[in-house]
Amino acid sequence: MNSNPYVPVVSLTEDDFSNGKVLFRHDKLDARYAWDTGIAIGAFLGGLKGGVILGSYCATCRKIVTPPRIVCEWCFRPMRRLVQLADTGRVNTFSLCYVTWDVKRISEPEIPAVIEIDGASPGHGFLHKIGEISPTEVHIGMRVQAVWKPAAERCGSITDILYFRKL
Amino acid sequence: MEREVAIVGVGWEGFQPTTPHYSYKELIYQAAQKAYHNANVDPRKDIQSFVTVAEDFIEGTSIFDEYTPDQLGAVLKPMHTITGDGLHGLITAYLMIRSGICKIAAVEAHSKASNIKTLSQITHYALDPMLNRPFEFHPDFIAGLEMARFLHEAHITPEDCALVVQKNRRNALENPSAPYGFDYRLEEIQDCQPVAYPLLESHIAQPADGAIVVVLASREIAESLTVEPIWILGVGWCNDMYNLEYRDWGHLPYVTKAAQMAYHQAQIQTPSKKIDFAEVDDLYAYRELMSLVALGLISKHELPDALKMGKFHSTGQLPINLSGGSLGMGNLLEANGLAKLVEAVLQLRGQAGKRQLSFPHIGLVQSWRGIPTSSAAVVILASS
Ligand SMILES: [Zn+2]
Repeated sequence: MNSNPYVPVVSLTEDDFSNGKVLFRHDKLDARYAWDTGIAIGAFLGGLKGGVILGSYCATCRKIVTPPRIVCEWCFRPMRRLVQLADTGRVNTFSLCYVTWDVKRISEPEIPAVIEIDGASPGHGFLHKIGEISPTEVHIGMRVQAVWKPAAERCGSITDILYFRKL
Repeated sequence: MEREVAIVGVGWEGFQPTTPHYSYKELIYQAAQKAYHNANVDPRKDIQSFVTVAEDFIEGTSIFDEYTPDQLGAVLKPMHTITGDGLHGLITAYLMIRSGICKIAAVEAHSKASNIKTLSQITHYALDPMLNRPFEFHPDFIAGLEMARFLHEAHITPEDCALVVQKNRRNALENPSAPYGFDYRLEEIQDCQPVAYPLLESHIAQPADGAIVVVLASREIAESLTVEPIWILGVGWCNDMYNLEYRDWGHLPYVTKAAQMAYHQAQIQTPSKKIDFAEVDDLYAYRELMSLVALGLISKHELPDALKMGKFHSTGQLPINLSGGSLGMGNLLEANGLAKLVEAVLQLRGQAGKRQLSFPHIGLVQSWRGIPTSSAAVVILASS
């Protein structure tokens, strides 16, 4: 076992762990939450359920952002007006992911993208994903449109939009 | 006594057992805009540094500090989050102003306890994973252990603790922000399910939602902003060791040390004579009594009589938790310290409504981060 004559090394095998030769303690956190969506995100998710994308308007900055908020992060004035936006937009940035969230390698990449939504101020939009496209075709500035879940299946979630596809 | 940093604005939203109408960000925003209005400042222009307190497991979001700037007007401004009670955050802002880094700072603390579906599990996870967690006791057992030893050493009874519950929940009736106001009879408090002997369910502060924002400023700015700056005379903080095995279960040495640090700075030799009122930790009723002893506001021997004489009542010699305390306002998690601080500020300004004391000069605020911590912060405030 000891291949290096100068340093006393003991190698461990998987069996040493399962046979209790190495002491350790497993634990699992039962952390569960149910977040109140609130006024702005509640309206946004409600909009998605109804098949529309909502933003909010800052009368001080004259700016429309989506997802909507009740306070403008730049001027700290209230954003009191919700506005309906198009379900089309433009890819601000994207990536091609060959590893899933639970670290499985995949050959067809997932394509997260930040979509600037038409009708919102430049640079404003949200994270979603791109579908129905060959990965090599995706590019920054690409025009896209939301592909919605059937109305009966929508539940007021960001995934009520299945993905965005090339226009 | 030094008057270098003052509280110039307070704002809060809540407190309520649930707040389904607001997201946590919207709840914080409500508190922030009220505090900025109260301080007469614009966060985008005037406030130079922001501090929030939060604990990731409680928020349900890792690296929660990323989620704090926008609702405070702190986007692209100096801001950081610390894992501590609101008073720790307040002290951090105080130190920044004292050091000259900024002249106006804001501190935020909040609770969305209603959104945490497994709060006792989260608390359980604060215990040592090797030595304490494997027993899988409900975390309130620690309060049971501490209460048992304290009652034993101080010759206090569970009925004495019920007096604390009765007082604080009655005080809460006069506080429009306190959701747990109730005029209980003592026997109703005692006739209640035990949770961890000798601790009863009625002795435990129930969770609540809320957000609090406090604005601090240096002397010259404070005096230009308001006619009623509330001065920070002294601050102190201290932690004992985490482990349950070697604790001094009948005492709170970390509260004593934190208080001594604050008294020293405020040049207070005899706190029981100087302090007009205090808002102290009462997450469990017995903790109020333990804290008062540790703070040097009363001796262990005087405690039983003082309780019976109503010394700590709103009309007593040393009113304690006029706000209703955590028993009356609810357990606001990391916001507990700032909820108590708000009460002290209102009292010193003369804005405490029906529960206003006549001309208090010096108030003390103390907080604890709850079980299983041995973490204390103390702030001493004075009116102008
Ligand atoms: Zn704006």
